[in-house]
Amino acid sequence: MGSVVKTFGPITAVNGLDLDVPSGVCLGLLGPNGAGKSTTMRLLTGQAIADTGSIRVLGHELPRNAKAARAEMGVVPQLDNLDVDVTVEENLAVFARLYRVRDVPAAVDRALAIARLTDRRRARVDELSGGMRRRMLLARGLVHDPRLLLLDEPTVGLDPQIRTQLWSLIDDLRGRGVTILMSTHYIEEAERLADEVAVMTAGSIIARGRPADLVAEHAGRETAEVFGPAGELAALRARAEDAGLRVRPAGPAIAVMGSERAPDGLLPEYAVRRAASLEDVFVLLTGEEAE
Amino acid sequence: MSDHPVESDGEATYGVRPPTTDGRRQPPPSAPATAPGSREQIRVRRLDPAAIKGVMSREVANFRTFWKGTTFSSVLEPIIYLLSFGLGLGSTIVGEVEGVPYAQFVGTGMVATAVIFSSALPAMFGTFVKHHFQNTYDAILAAPVDVEELVTAEMLWIGLRSGVYGTVPLLVTIGFGLDPAPGMLLVPLFAFITACAFAAFGITVAAMAEKIDQFNYVTTLGVTPLFLVAGTFFPISGLPQGLRIAAQLNPLHHLVELVRHAAFGFQATDLLRVAFLVALALVLWRLAVARMRRRLID
Repeated sequence: MGSVVKTFGPITAVNGLDLDVPSGVCLGLLGPNGAGKSTTMRLLTGQAIADTGSIRVLGHELPRNAKAARAEMGVVPQLDNLDVDVTVEENLAVFARLYRVRDVPAAVDRALAIARLTDRRRARVDELSGGMRRRMLLARGLVHDPRLLLLDEPTVGLDPQIRTQLWSLIDDLRGRGVTILMSTHYIEEAERLADEVAVMTAGSIIARGRPADLVAEHAGRETAEVFGPAGELAALRARAEDAGLRVRPAGPAIAVMGSERAPDGLLPEYAVRRAASLEDVFVLLTGEEAE
Repeated sequence: MSDHPVESDGEATYGVRPPTTDGRRQPPPSAPATAPGSREQIRVRRLDPAAIKGVMSREVANFRTFWKGTTFSSVLEPIIYLLSFGLGLGSTIVGEVEGVPYAQFVGTGMVATAVIFSSALPAMFGTFVKHHFQNTYDAILAAPVDVEELVTAEMLWIGLRSGVYGTVPLLVTIGFGLDPAPGMLLVPLFAFITACAFAAFGITVAAMAEKIDQFNYVTTLGVTPLFLVAGTFFPISGLPQGLRIAAQLNPLHHLVELVRHAAFGFQATDLLRVAFLVALALVLWRLAVARMRRRLID
């Protein structure tokens, strides 16, 4: 995508976005709600059409050749849009047909195996648990063996156990060489799954790199979190910033980044020192607390 | 019409890639790494029959979960109408209309009633629910299907379904003593064409509506008058001149006449009626595609 702009009335959802996803990489598009991640996904499938800028997906110019591009990519939506009265295998068979797969039963079997739903193939979708339905959405996006997979907030609103299950499924896909673009506002998700992370806010990408590199570049090695009365924290923040350190709010505390470089005596002894994280980078760059 | 540039109308050939693995991780042994049967070249073209069939297969899969209720009511309803209107009114008050026993007059006219209620309403509500509540169209349009194929498939499916169910009142009327005629074999086709027009109308309405309550205006001001001034229950010839002229623009009236003529003898003007219904269906189809494109593509 090059210099892509997309507005909805007075709102600019995507503002001069440049993004390329190298083949075989899992790229995490990390940003707060409203950053323009879902609009970016819709632009890539041709379900939204950019005002300006150019978009190429798997060699196909969009929006002109959107259908050809869609034939080679799989989409796992944020919202569950399965046909609930229909069985698992019928849902998958319909999409295998929409993707013009020649051997529909074999494609359905394969997708069921990937999502570990083979034993529930004859169940109606409304009989499945929430986690199974998310796996089913993943299976549907994979039924035609796509080269590129778009995952829009794949684990939003799920229990920790189910998230972990899905993460391991997505990790399997990385192992198969599928190129993945995953939008998320969960830092942990990006940290665990993404080879590279692009931080998006207000419709454009403000930082990009491997998670460890981003942390080293923006947050340093170590972060110290300090709890205390607001007045004391404000004073400490001012002293730390005078010493050239970056500070961000962290709920009731403040987080002093690069604390390994803090002058002796600056940080109180009760400060909690920990390894710098992608969350530090994210909040620093987007200026907001992530969920 | 849509302000957006639309997808290519031309054909593009593309292949599905050979399997790629970067060797970073081993795929789990439970599943083969490649999709069987997806290696051949496939074509993307405008109004691809494969896309249309795919979307219709989704409708069929869903219909299989509720066909019993639909069939039950579509058979029972004309029976009830014929018993009350046809036999009740027919035996005591009306007798014959236009030289036909009243039960047969109503029974043949009811094909049109069945068609509009099994096409316009399901199209309106179904389209709205699939778009706003089930997000079905988001899923379909993420596959290699465009809005034109989606709308066409849904219109054709409703047309086929309504063509079949619309014929039921005629069969019921035969059961009540109407003599079968060879022309009746064309009734499913007439019903199909009319149902496609009403399906496209319903899809257009759903694409333009912001709230489902707005359908009340359409049913009260649109559907009900069409169905009452179609000549189903009483002949148009008894109406004031203004309404008689208006009835000539009512597609349901033409369907009523076509079905009656299929049973009692065709007239030369029936060709004009068919041409009118076909033209209407084509115009409303294009309108539905345009309005849905505007609604579904940002």
